[in-house]
Amino acid sequence: MARVQLKSLEKVYGKFKAVHGIDLEIEDGEFMVLVGPSGCAKSTTLRMIAGLERISGGEIRIGDDLVNDKPPGQRGIAMVFQNYALYPHMKVKNNLSFGLRLKHAPKDEIAASTEEVSHILEIEEYLERLPKQLSGGQAQRVAVGRALIKKPQVFLFDEPLSNLDAKLRASMRVRITDLHKQLLSEGMHSTVVYVTHDQTEAMTMGNRICVMKEGRIMQVADPYTLYQRPANAFVAGFIGSPEMNIGDATLVDGGKLKIGTQTFTIDDKARARIDKDAPSEVTFGVRPQHFTVVDQDAEEGLLGRISHVEFMGHEVYLYITVEDQSFIVVVPATGLERQYLRDDAIRIMPQQDALHIFNRRTGENISLSA
Amino acid sequence: MTEQTLSSMLSTHDLEAIRARKREQRKIFISSIIRYVILFVVGLIMLYPLIWLIGASFKTNAEMFTSAGFWPTHPTVSGYIEGWKTSTPYTFGRFFLNTLLILIPKMIGTAISATAVAYGFARFEFPGKKVLFASLIAILLLPNVVTRIPQYLLFREFGWLDSFLPLWVPSALAGDAFFVFMLVQFLRAIPRDMEEAARVDGASSWQALLFIIVPLLTPALISVCLFQFMWTMNDFLGPLIYLSSVDKYPVSLALKLSIDTTEAFAWNKILSMSVLAITPALVVFFVAQKYFIEGISAGGVKG
Repeated sequence: MARVQLKSLEKVYGKFKAVHGIDLEIEDGEFMVLVGPSGCAKSTTLRMIAGLERISGGEIRIGDDLVNDKPPGQRGIAMVFQNYALYPHMKVKNNLSFGLRLKHAPKDEIAASTEEVSHILEIEEYLERLPKQLSGGQAQRVAVGRALIKKPQVFLFDEPLSNLDAKLRASMRVRITDLHKQLLSEGMHSTVVYVTHDQTEAMTMGNRICVMKEGRIMQVADPYTLYQRPANAFVAGFIGSPEMNIGDATLVDGGKLKIGTQTFTIDDKARARIDKDAPSEVTFGVRPQHFTVVDQDAEEGLLGRISHVEFMGHEVYLYITVEDQSFIVVVPATGLERQYLRDDAIRIMPQQDALHIFNRRTGENISLSA
Repeated sequence: MTEQTLSSMLSTHDLEAIRARKREQRKIFISSIIRYVILFVVGLIMLYPLIWLIGASFKTNAEMFTSAGFWPTHPTVSGYIEGWKTSTPYTFGRFFLNTLLILIPKMIGTAISATAVAYGFARFEFPGKKVLFASLIAILLLPNVVTRIPQYLLFREFGWLDSFLPLWVPSALAGDAFFVFMLVQFLRAIPRDMEEAARVDGASSWQALLFIIVPLLTPALISVCLFQFMWTMNDFLGPLIYLSSVDKYPVSLALKLSIDTTEAFAWNKILSMSVLAITPALVVFFVAQKYFIEGISAGGVKG
């Protein structure tokens, strides 16, 4: 009922093109996360869906309706803002019911809805308070409640958790995803579009994630695909922590990879994944978790020097310099037989099944065949 | 033994600190006394004419110019009684009523129209916005007197002379650029999220203005009304130009009236009525001081 479709959606501010004709389909009942670094136009896109920002080109459909020129109130959406945007002069209960009162809903319906929503979000105690008497977490719940009470087809969240402290953020994350599941199980097919710059939020909350950069969509996929099969070097670098090691390399005879002056063999399985007509000048990408520390005297692998060691408890981050490239390698801290020390020589070998090769010019991942 | 010396050392140290603190406190005390004395004296000098006015309004006409003192030697309220009757067929009550009749519609009209115009300037993009806003500022800088003659001619064409309309209508059409500017500055300081939330909740622009913006704007609107109140109370030129029949005169004109018509000036009447004339403004000012300051500082500093 509430599929959201964006077709070659554009936004132009004067001479600056903020959104470059993006296409995106969000399924009914789906939890879609828009994620990207600041300035990638994710919020602008959301605000265009909401109707708070005029669109410069393309179309937006919610359900089957073309909503390009509809005011926000008629789009069947509800929005939760980054800094709550509660009406400061109204009590919590009036904040919740403002939309219903504008529609002149019957009084008993307003009372029933307010009660139901405040029960779900556990804000019953605060109904008589003013927003300034609420803590950040409480205010955020009221803001969610104000969206929920309208029973919208589409929920829009604009970085709703970024003003909360880390602990509260984790619990709100769970609360929001639970709420979405609960609504689905009650047969209310609410679609969610959730904007964040935090990849943890994106990975943990989204059914699918849309990674954006400078007004363009880089990849739309579920969290697993995004992590394991990033479509390009940008997505590969953006998703995952610590960041993927990305650097220049040369494909030699299609079977060996040369990084700096060191070369190692790519096994058959990995070789089969790489495009046949791949150029020799490429970019490699290996996640910090996907290295094996091998014997220093081994025939292959990258020989480098440890420049820094960070002990994280369950794992150790090794900062390794291989010629003029730096790598971050994460190794498990348990069952360690050898201690890693700064300035030690070390030889690391990328795990073949987790090796990514990107086209150096376009950034496109060319190791996704098969 | 060592403990003892330690404690005595500590105590001399402490004593020293206490003494220093006392010296410091005394210095602050003395300097604040000096400050307040200076403020008091200067304030008194500036306020004395007003204080004298109040004292003199209880004096007899003969005593008026013989001493500059405050206390009347033969206090009398005859100035008030005689002054209230005026030399016209009307009492001063009529003139106060006229002032109110000008004031109240003007204040309401200003508050509504200035809010609407300021909302437009602060929140909407429309063609010619920059030019219009620039001309608003230009009006702000233009001396009032310059527009008097064309305005007079215009209102004469409308047949509005000798009515209150020329005094209300410009204000009810956001003619007071100062208030529009002040509210624009206020609005710019209010985050847009709340209006956006209201629009998502289904409010139209007018509903967002009425239910969300106006409540947030209340302190600013109060200061707008207060300023308009003060200025209208004190406005002499406007009524002088547009009103010709005595029964429509506001207080500011009526005061002048008692000077014009009596051959020998009954100063005590004039002074008594002056005291009455400034009383509403003074009372309002002291009751609502907070809003005046808020209005000025928010309009000026935050912009």
